[in-house]
Amino acid sequence: MRSGTRSGMQSSGAMRTLATAAVTAAALGFGFAGQAQAAKTLVYCSEGSPENFNPQLNTTGTSFDAARPVYDRLIDFIPGTTQTRPGLAESWTVSEDGLTYEFKLRQGVKIHASKTFTPTRDFNADDVLFSFERMWKADNPYHGVSGGSYDYFGDMGMADLIGSIEKVDDYTVRFVLTKPNAPFIANLAMDFAAILSAEYADAMLKAGTPEKVDQEPVGTGPFTFVAYQKDAVIRYTAFDDYWAGKPKLDNLIFAITPDASTRWAKLKADECQVMPYPNPQDLETMKGTAGVTLLQQPGLNVGYMAFNTQKPPFDKAEVRQALSMAIDKEAIIKAVYGAAGQPAKNPIPPTIWSYNDSIEDYPYDPEKAKAMLAEAGVTTPMETDVWAMPVQRPYNPDAKKIAELIQADLAKVGLNAKVVTYEWGEYRKRCQAGEHDMCQLGWTGDNGDPDNFLYNLLGCDAARPGGSNIAKWCDKEFDDLVRKAQTVPDTAERTKLYEEAQVVFHREAPWFVIAHSIVSEPISDKVVNYKISPLGSHEFKEVDMK
Amino acid sequence: MLRFLASRLIVLVPTLLGVILLAFFLVRQLHGDAVEVRAGERGITEEQLAERRHALGLDRPLHEQFLSYLGDVVQGDLGKSYVTQRPVLDEFAELFPATIELSVVAMIFAIVIGLPAGILAALTRGSFLDHGVMGAALTGYSMPIFWWAILLIVLFSNTLGLTPVSGRLDILYYIEPTTGFMLIDTLLSDEAGAFWSALHHLILPSIVLGTIPLAVIARMTRSAMLEVLGEDYIRTARAKGLSPRRVIWVHALRNALIPVVTVIGLQTGTLLAGAVLTETIFSWPGVGKWLIDAIGRRDFPAVQGGILLIAMTIIAVNLVVDLLYGLINPRIRLQK
Repeated sequence: MRSGTRSGMQSSGAMRTLATAAVTAAALGFGFAGQAQAAKTLVYCSEGSPENFNPQLNTTGTSFDAARPVYDRLIDFIPGTTQTRPGLAESWTVSEDGLTYEFKLRQGVKIHASKTFTPTRDFNADDVLFSFERMWKADNPYHGVSGGSYDYFGDMGMADLIGSIEKVDDYTVRFVLTKPNAPFIANLAMDFAAILSAEYADAMLKAGTPEKVDQEPVGTGPFTFVAYQKDAVIRYTAFDDYWAGKPKLDNLIFAITPDASTRWAKLKADECQVMPYPNPQDLETMKGTAGVTLLQQPGLNVGYMAFNTQKPPFDKAEVRQALSMAIDKEAIIKAVYGAAGQPAKNPIPPTIWSYNDSIEDYPYDPEKAKAMLAEAGVTTPMETDVWAMPVQRPYNPDAKKIAELIQADLAKVGLNAKVVTYEWGEYRKRCQAGEHDMCQLGWTGDNGDPDNFLYNLLGCDAARPGGSNIAKWCDKEFDDLVRKAQTVPDTAERTKLYEEAQVVFHREAPWFVIAHSIVSEPISDKVVNYKISPLGSHEFKEVDMK
Repeated sequence: MLRFLASRLIVLVPTLLGVILLAFFLVRQLHGDAVEVRAGERGITEEQLAERRHALGLDRPLHEQFLSYLGDVVQGDLGKSYVTQRPVLDEFAELFPATIELSVVAMIFAIVIGLPAGILAALTRGSFLDHGVMGAALTGYSMPIFWWAILLIVLFSNTLGLTPVSGRLDILYYIEPTTGFMLIDTLLSDEAGAFWSALHHLILPSIVLGTIPLAVIARMTRSAMLEVLGEDYIRTARAKGLSPRRVIWVHALRNALIPVVTVIGLQTGTLLAGAVLTETIFSWPGVGKWLIDAIGRRDFPAVQGGILLIAMTIIAVNLVVDLLYGLINPRIRLQK
């Protein structure tokens, strides 16, 4: 393994010795010698070690990033967007009733080889069936392997949504759903829907080492997995036979660098070329550093404070509107987010399609707020509470400080708010149970579909006690719109419905929407075509180096 | 000597039992368990929670969990990590050599500089040099590790370009771990230059990790030397007409070393604790960083196993230190 991959590993940190090494490798007749002279290696300073290399089992972005180079999905996100395009499925048809999805699979797709496995066939329907059945069917021999917990499959409601999966022929797979669900296609583009190799799984099962499937991944993706040294480095090399053409990078290396200051130092020293999650206080320096470009974009998230619409006086839309005007959002952004956040006006971030930019946010107007409260019959001073989660979240770096700012603003209109907090798990549970008056929370999107925010967080189904609609807000007009959008496959038509739903949301103001975080990623100027993913992933399939 | 060793080993049993007990119950005092920590905004239904807790055995009574864990530990089984599903012992064994390598080099750095500095300060007591050494030691002792590390990185790696920022080896080299000790593995490999790269990568982290022990050793050596230098036998040695060098290096130092060796033993614990930060900043794949991750993820088997194994290491080092006393000072050996 070592000498075999040596020339494939020629890399950037020590470019100076590259030529010599390449010549040596070529002379010794090692693999990849032909490309060695121009070997392009990108080092990504990743922030942590993956849990394993199977996205079906993972729950963290760090783990998804580490598995992504190796795998494909039936559907793909277009890099840098939340839009989808064909992946391993070349095309698909949806039945009239929106229940049957028939996928035509790509032919001639090669599967990676590894230390312990050499594929004898191309990708086909069996791989699709294996991948989904492992997560879906408790009697699949792999279901219990490596802990057997398929969080995302469960969380996206796939277990209930899928009625059956059939292999029509080697290159056709049919999914029958239990109810129409347009976001299904976006779900299939998510990492958990990665397509594994059924043949590899069989081989590992026979060898008595099924967990290898999750530790030494084999897929059809743009890069093959070479080696992983825990907490140190993950190595990948380009898959020459990749169906969409060999990637432009020859080698991809994740240098695991947990500390943000160290990542930045490494980027400056050209020990890596792309880094995620910089320290907010370094952003200004990054902008002025030669050889470095700072990419910035709103994240796929929203931080908000939900009014409990089932408790008076928050059951009145006028009261919620008044309170939305009583709080100085700009001041919160300035004091808490700085350059790392932008004020929100809609419940979905601007990177999601159907974002309604024509909506105008409530202005900060405490005088008007006071008058509206009086008009709505609110007697002041009134005792209330503002909840603050005890942990930092991507959409909310300091909930306690925000709560204090809100507390001060509310005092000006006659509300005495107490700041309440609990341990994180407990906090979420109590907000979901509806114990609060005003509870801060937020959401990071999964699949880039508006449904993932609007139906999940604001639909009537989720307003039950314990549901994730913590405003406990059930508005028939809004609910009808988002439900209808689930059944319509046409994106243009869905966009209209969601735009309208955002108008209803704005009018009814069940949340005081606070902010979307701004994602920043400094990259070296040598890197070409790297895009920040609005989905929060880090992807190198189409990236090149100068 | 053997009886001494045996008595020390017997004392080990209750000590280790205490460590297991503490680790087991303390980690369970943290809010939330592995199942809850994994659930984000979405939360988790009561059924899912119950099902997963059951799968991990977290729904059993605490004493039952403890006894079954203890039974496994006695048989050498530290369980599987909740997060990676790999045996804790394997994960620890994979990462521990990196921590040892860093700690050993840091300790060598601390001794090589700290010991002569302390002696020098003692011999020039009250001088400018003495104050300089002791001032530097105090600064080193109170240095925030994080700040110190970043300062060194910015100066030596970013500004001067002399040292690599982080990691154990230049990514140009791909060395399959044989022993896990990078200095040894690179020597065993046929990659020219890899050994130097590994050494190069050790410079900054060992300076950072070695700074506090260095300061402690320098101060301890100074005060121990000062005490010994005032003893009657030193005066006698001087009166005999022995050369000052012989008086200091043979008569004084040997006696002054006893407390110093104790401190070195005790500092091993500090070193392992300090390794957590140093490893995080320098992306050093050791057990310190791993243990912190495990605590954050409420990965009980990893935390318990990690604490137990680290405790065993510290105990072992201190045992070696005790044995060293005998070598340095025959009086101790005879008393036993």
